[in-house]
Amino acid sequence: MSAPVATGRRRRGAGWLYYVGIAAIVVYCLAPFYWMVVSALRRPADQFSNALLPDPPSLDNLVAAFSPGNGFGRALLNSVIVASITTVLTLILGISAAYALARLEFRGKGTILSIIIATSMFPGIAVVVPLLQLFVDINWINTYQAMVLPSMSFALPLAIWLLTAFFRQMPFELEEAAQIDGCTPAEAFRKVIMPLAAPGVFTTAILVFIAAWNEFIIAVSVVNKNELKTANVIVSQFTGQYQFDQPFGTQMAAGVVVTVPLVIAVLLFQRRIVEGLTAGGVK
Amino acid sequence: MRGRHGLAGVVAGFGALALVVGLSACGETKTTDTAKPGALEGKGPITLATGKDTSGYLQGALDKWNSSHPNEQVRLIELPESADQQRQQMIQNAQTKSDAYTVLNTDVVWTAEFAANGWIEQLPEDQFALDKMLKGAVETTKYFNKLYAAPYLTDAGMLYYRKDLLDAAGITAPPKTWDELKSACQKVAPQAGGAGCYGGQFEKYEGLTCNFSEAVASAGANVVDDQGKPALSDAKAKQGLDFLVKSFQDGTIPKEGITYKEEEGRRAFQEGKLIFHRQWPYQYAKANATDGSSKVAGKFAVAPLPGLTGPGKATLGGHNLAISKFGKNKGTALEFIKFLTSEAEEKVHLQKTSEAPVYAALYDDPELVKQFPYLPVLKDAVGSAVPRPRIVKYNDATTAIQDEAYAALTGTKSSEQALKDLQTKLTSIVGNK
Amino acid sequence: MTATSVDARTVPAGKPRGHVTNRRAGVGRLAFLLLSPSVLVLGLVIGYPIVSALRISFVKTTEGIDANTGLITRTTGFSLDNYTNIFTGETGRLFWNAFWNTTTFTVTTVVIETVVGVCMALIMNRAFRGRGLVRASILVPWAIPTAISGLLWRWIFTSQGIANDVLNTHVLWTTEGIQSWLAVVIADTWKTAPFIGLLVLAGLQIIPAEVYEAAKIDGADAWRTFWRITLPLVQPALVVAVLFRMLDVLRMFDLPFVLIGRGKMSTDTLSILAYNEMSNLRFGPAAAYATVLFVYVAIVAYVFVRVLGADIVGRGVGRSK
Repeated sequence: MSAPVATGRRRRGAGWLYYVGIAAIVVYCLAPFYWMVVSALRRPADQFSNALLPDPPSLDNLVAAFSPGNGFGRALLNSVIVASITTVLTLILGISAAYALARLEFRGKGTILSIIIATSMFPGIAVVVPLLQLFVDINWINTYQAMVLPSMSFALPLAIWLLTAFFRQMPFELEEAAQIDGCTPAEAFRKVIMPLAAPGVFTTAILVFIAAWNEFIIAVSVVNKNELKTANVIVSQFTGQYQFDQPFGTQMAAGVVVTVPLVIAVLLFQRRIVEGLTAGGVK
Repeated sequence: MRGRHGLAGVVAGFGALALVVGLSACGETKTTDTAKPGALEGKGPITLATGKDTSGYLQGALDKWNSSHPNEQVRLIELPESADQQRQQMIQNAQTKSDAYTVLNTDVVWTAEFAANGWIEQLPEDQFALDKMLKGAVETTKYFNKLYAAPYLTDAGMLYYRKDLLDAAGITAPPKTWDELKSACQKVAPQAGGAGCYGGQFEKYEGLTCNFSEAVASAGANVVDDQGKPALSDAKAKQGLDFLVKSFQDGTIPKEGITYKEEEGRRAFQEGKLIFHRQWPYQYAKANATDGSSKVAGKFAVAPLPGLTGPGKATLGGHNLAISKFGKNKGTALEFIKFLTSEAEEKVHLQKTSEAPVYAALYDDPELVKQFPYLPVLKDAVGSAVPRPRIVKYNDATTAIQDEAYAALTGTKSSEQALKDLQTKLTSIVGNK
Repeated sequence: MTATSVDARTVPAGKPRGHVTNRRAGVGRLAFLLLSPSVLVLGLVIGYPIVSALRISFVKTTEGIDANTGLITRTTGFSLDNYTNIFTGETGRLFWNAFWNTTTFTVTTVVIETVVGVCMALIMNRAFRGRGLVRASILVPWAIPTAISGLLWRWIFTSQGIANDVLNTHVLWTTEGIQSWLAVVIADTWKTAPFIGLLVLAGLQIIPAEVYEAAKIDGADAWRTFWRITLPLVQPALVVAVLFRMLDVLRMFDLPFVLIGRGKMSTDTLSILAYNEMSNLRFGPAAAYATVLFVYVAIVAYVFVRVLGADIVGRGVGRSK
């Protein structure tokens, strides 16, 4: 959707300024990432170099990140599994809850919203030990659910609040019209509300997925089998050949590998948002 | 109406649930571990919780063990790279009384804390060749005169110096005292291309505790005395700290030295920006690499650390192997530890990883000395090295040391005041151990 | 139960009253069904640790060492000491220092992130060639795991690092002082401005195009359109984004921890203090710190929602009519 904010008259005058702004933001966002990529592509021996290009470029760091002893490939798969399940479940729970909070009239809404947000006010590090105790007691150590459930809980408050805000913005008349046309509330929700809220839902999905993908403190505590560790945990185990020797290049290579698929996935999502919009009929 | 009750029900249920589980958690805080050394019995599969096995040596050793012990397999559990996180994981494991970890690869400074909390088992002394091991390393495994871990690996700082520059200036022997070090730098300065004189680890972290303890010990004092009492009122302690403080003031240590951890310092040394560098043995191979990463390959040598009036003393590092109280099959664990810490196995370990063994004899092995030319210097260093305070609240102690030493180095406190405050803090930490 | 309490919008006028009452009960049951899974999960995974932490925060542990075995003996009792200790003496000084850091970090980063994030969203929302690339680049910082971006920034800000090279300075970024505070602010805003950008973008995308067309017809210039139309319409999304950013920054832990290191007066946050207590096995005081922080966050969030976001809990403004 194009935002026809700038009039033709202004566009000519402010055009180049606008592109300068775009360029500035792109540089701002990418410069540190560029440094990450460059560091990843240096030879391990050149890790202290400040040269702007890797000279000579080398894939050694990438190879080192994927060396069989690290189990990084398997860890990436685990990350995908954990983050995907978390995202799907969080969306299901979040959409139901947000729908109730935004579209249904009942007492105690404010209380429930407050309780939900209160759960994201407690410092995460203070939650680890009691949670770990719980998972040990119910034999959940070394399971996916021990990673999924906490990730879900960390993401749920944001998902619920966000979706509530979006659902609330939908005109009530549309839903009413659909119901008068003979739709059940469920159908009205699926056919009217969801398409309209698509950008919000997709954005929430992206946020939840990234949050789950990046979760570390719980994942490192509840899993000790290499076959079940997520990519972040494996990266934290990367060391150099010696105790004090920090393999910065390999860590950055792993960082790039962990980041890039995420960005691609998000871009695909973004495309869907735009399509969802044009198909949704907000014209 | 029912709907409203329902919602109230959710909220009430949430509260009730939280209350119930909350109360059920009472037990865990009250437990007082009164562990008595039990018999280490039971055979069967166990785990080894350790930092990353970077060289692949450990997996090889495990394979060797596993093939001869089909019913007592050992599984490797790799913990995050940072020592802080390793300790965190081990503590969490103990807190939850989980049997996930059997054998723990612990840092030498954790012994007292882990033993006093009843997290690790007492080990039978007669099962280990302690008399063949370096005395300092053995001391780190004891608490209240009882053995709580097997000495495994050791480590100590050495003085790396630019032999090429010293030779060119006609200095034939590395400095033995701090004064000699400074005057060597002055002589060398014209050819050194603006390189800083001395570097170490002075960022606010465990490395600073090592460097501080070393400076104090090298001046002839001690952070804590033989009875475990803080002893920083000694005038020599001030002379030790003053060496570092004044070195920062007069530029002997470059300004950016305050940000050095091991890797930042190695970077400076390898780029030829330091003449002398206090560093662990790992730098030897790295700085000698001929792939272009190091500008000082072949141009440096190592010596014992200098001191106030003569050779100084290094801080002792290293790792021990302990048995988690909450693990299963401790009989197997004991046998496995004996296997890993045997002299034969430690020799292989050294050859594959360059990590220093605890057996004195290995340092004189000509074959090994050929491979690791710094071994004789390292032997002296670990032989005379001083342990960091062996106290239960080590984490509190090291935080106090870092706070005060850092304040002195950055000039926010005089070294006199810093030591006085540190003495007070340590006394209270040791007092209510 | 009468129909007066029922929002006129949910029930089309003209329906029989009895039907309304039934429907109302049904709505309540539906709401219960829809909400309970979320509340259950949150209660189990977050509520339980919070309550157990609250309990522990009132438990004072006195430790001693058995003179024969060297084992620690602990006696526990209920007391307020864990709380009073936080505010007194040396710990009090550290607490208020961390409190100050936490607050200044929050105010500074959230303001910068909001401005930058809104700019990002406005740019991402426009049609121009290469928009895909711009979107991708804006997302990158946020997609990098914090632990790794902490390492990256530490390397950038090291004394011989690229930051000093580019700026041609010799700033010791990771030492005590305003520069380390600034380093954390830079790294944090870089990483999380995209979060706000994304959420605002979603808010922008549900604004119907007619609204802008109407504004254009009325002759409003871009600036007025932004203040009068765009901002009010994205407000609900923006408020949630800013609120959750505040909750996050107030609890900030790993960035200063990895980038600067703990124990620095300039960057220690309340979460780091709680972590320190925990890693020194003082779980009571750690829980007390966590609880104090919890209360502080709750107050800030409450005030924020009252002042800016009443419509999230209430009706919702900005519905296009």
